[in-house]
Amino acid sequence: MTLPLYVIGMLFAVAVAAVPFCRWRGAASVVYGACLAACAAALTAALPVLTAPAGEASRVLPLGIPWIEAHLRLDLLAAFFLVVVNLGGAAASLYAIGYGRHERAPQRVLPFFPAFLAAMNLVVLADDAFTFLFAWELMSLTSWALVMSHHRSAGTARAGYIYLVMAGFGTLCLLLAFGVLAGAQGGYAFAAMRAEHLTAWQQTVVLLLVLLGAGSKAGIVPLHVWLPLAHPAAPSHVSALMSGVMTKVAIYGLIRIVFQLAGPPAWWWSALVLVIGATTAVLGVLYALMQHDLKRLLAYHTVENIGIIFIGLGLALAFETAGMAAGAALALTAALFHVLNHSLFKSLLFFGSGTVLVATGERDMERLGGLIHRMPVTATTFLIGCAAISALPPLNGFVSEWLTFQAILISPNLSHWGLKFLVPAVGAALALSAALAAACFVKAFGISFLGRPRSAEALAAREVDAFSCAAMIALALLCVLAGVLPGLVVDALSGVVRELTAASLPPQSSLPWLSLIPLSPQRASYNGLILLVFLLCTSTLIAMAVRRLASHAVRRAPAWDCGFPDPNPATQYTAGSFAQPIRRVFGRSIFRVEERVEMPEPGSLAPARLHLRLHDLAWEYLFTPIARAVDEAATRLNALQFLTIRRYLALVFATLVILLAGLALWQ
Amino acid sequence: MHGLAFDIAHLLSGGLVLISLMLLYQVRLYSLINVFAAHAVVLGLAVAWQAFVQSAPHLYVTALIALLFKGVVIPVVLYRMVQRLGIHRQIETVVGVGLTMLCGIGLVALSIMVMLPITEAADVLTREDLAFALSVVLLGLLLMVSRRNAVGQVVGFMSLENGLILAAAGAKGMPLVVEISVAFSVLIALIVIGIFLFRIRERFDTVDVHVLDGFRGEQP
Repeated sequence: MTLPLYVIGMLFAVAVAAVPFCRWRGAASVVYGACLAACAAALTAALPVLTAPAGEASRVLPLGIPWIEAHLRLDLLAAFFLVVVNLGGAAASLYAIGYGRHERAPQRVLPFFPAFLAAMNLVVLADDAFTFLFAWELMSLTSWALVMSHHRSAGTARAGYIYLVMAGFGTLCLLLAFGVLAGAQGGYAFAAMRAEHLTAWQQTVVLLLVLLGAGSKAGIVPLHVWLPLAHPAAPSHVSALMSGVMTKVAIYGLIRIVFQLAGPPAWWWSALVLVIGATTAVLGVLYALMQHDLKRLLAYHTVENIGIIFIGLGLALAFETAGMAAGAALALTAALFHVLNHSLFKSLLFFGSGTVLVATGERDMERLGGLIHRMPVTATTFLIGCAAISALPPLNGFVSEWLTFQAILISPNLSHWGLKFLVPAVGAALALSAALAAACFVKAFGISFLGRPRSAEALAAREVDAFSCAAMIALALLCVLAGVLPGLVVDALSGVVRELTAASLPPQSSLPWLSLIPLSPQRASYNGLILLVFLLCTSTLIAMAVRRLASHAVRRAPAWDCGFPDPNPATQYTAGSFAQPIRRVFGRSIFRVEERVEMPEPGSLAPARLHLRLHDLAWEYLFTPIARAVDEAATRLNALQFLTIRRYLALVFATLVILLAGLALWQ
Repeated sequence: MHGLAFDIAHLLSGGLVLISLMLLYQVRLYSLINVFAAHAVVLGLAVAWQAFVQSAPHLYVTALIALLFKGVVIPVVLYRMVQRLGIHRQIETVVGVGLTMLCGIGLVALSIMVMLPITEAADVLTREDLAFALSVVLLGLLLMVSRRNAVGQVVGFMSLENGLILAAAGAKGMPLVVEISVAFSVLIALIVIGIFLFRIRERFDTVDVHVLDGFRGEQP
């Protein structure tokens, strides 16, 4: 327990020390190196707690509001999320040692980066509402400062503004939720909240407020609008942290409150969470498919993965209300496994987009292409990340989604009829989103790395420095390891799951051949190692066969004339054309796509044009009306600033009389 | 003895409310100031009686301050102000007298309805005192709202302050320091307001705050 506290203190100290020295040449390497060391130290503190729960500890620090103090606790759930946060933080720090050299204004990034890491660690360790909210808000503000570090770029100011508004809204919701949880006695320590028994109404209010507060931070539809604006606007290592780690801290807040503090769940909680999860997953990936900006595509795709995690959490709630502890344990394991996985591959993919940005200065996929020859390390690791996020075996994304499907497949045993029908529908949505995710990443990888360069910048790209490559290789290896040896991860999660659902999956690491058997061997089992060996063997055999059996005679001929008669790279498949079939299928209803083709007159030499307009319905039907209503109210209330003294007095008087009358009548 | 003490206290604070109501329908400024002086005198008597009943000698000082400052000094100053401004002939009300009086009666009823149920545990003397004090405060506010002339608003403010002193005297144990500082702040407020009245008058030839609104330049 002491070590994480020292780590947080050290990170804050680095943040403060970075302020005067950030203009030095070597400052970036020193700051990021210190962050890497701090995150590694926190990892060594958190990992033993997961494997041997004896390390649980709590501490009360005489900080903050005098008679409340700061309660901190390192339990199993906190330890798991501490691992997620610091794994992502360590990778981002390592990556940034190289990437940070290209930063134009390091003084805008260096002081806030360690503070951001420290705040995320503090959220996870907080054991009372004040510390939690303070750390949560600190996390929001430091990440906002990081988003605004390139504040002169187009759109950044707007992204920062929307992020700030949404972050404030989310914190307000959490504040109110904690107010209800604290009850009449005002016990703001989590221990007091666990002991408090809420009425059904209070529980409902808490659930809705938490879904709004933590959900807006995690990026559930329709509260996701800030996310695809803010995440790509930050420097890439910060984007990776925000997308890969900060959304997980939001999930942590949700799990902590819904599973531990709010009391026993009702069946409709799970239905609500499942519906939100399914909607978020499908819409998130559809939004992602429509993007041509690499970083924005990744940010939208985070929304999809949050949906998958929500589906896992909703299933866990459903099984818990039905009294099926084993099912709840399976679903929660799947959700937490996906939390870890997403933090790994989303960080990896954002690092990859960062190196592409450094090498070419481009984020628009329509101006990339052919990078696989010029940036082999980035391309290989990015490919592994794409395969993992598309849930292809034997990588880690497959395991967590497979576990989620296993949980969905035992849903016919649920007692509630509504859930019996809902869960298979959610499963279908999950399958759809998984397939669309694969299409999305075929597009992301294929357009950016394959084919021929679409611009001079892409042609001139070079592989980046060793630190960035090391960070990406490390994350890619972790993706493969977690996919091939899922039993180890599941065993590490068993303590956390048992703490939350009173059951856990049977121990996996003792099974022969490192298999993964979530419920019973007759039902389903998965073995990543055998699959990996099989894939390696077959692909080697095929490669050898092709080399041995194919003709060695070299023949030069025009490339397939139907496709490429013109050597211009613009004749290649584009991101837009790749997404067109899916846009045609889903676009009319979900994006209100307006497509218009402008053909020139016969004989005219003007080019034909395709005009395309997509609408974001969440933005148009939810946020624009709210913004307009706020504007309207502000305009009307503005008149209050120009009253006469007597009118002000009369207002005070009338308020006083109304309050007194209310008091008199209410008695 | 207790019955008599209660009756006299009741009479005095009831008289204060009555005079507050009288303030509401004074149309001429001189009569307004006269009634305000009477208000202060009755306040002084009420506080002195409280001092006697509670045998708290420092309340005599409070009573003396009320009599001296509010009963004599402030009315005299206001008199001379009105004289020098030459507005003694002006008649000024915003709402009609009848309506104001009805509002005032409603306010008295409201404050009794609010105060009596929530102070059930308290002393009978204190309960009545607090209820009357609240109505005096509310009537003072009503006076400030219903007057257009700045002098009227000053008188309203002072009578409101009288209500506060009545409440404080009724609740046992208010230290003298508080009372003295309140008296001083009121005096300073009077000086400041007086200076402002003359400055405003110099500039705009009127002390009617309604006319002043037009000079702010922010009016749409």
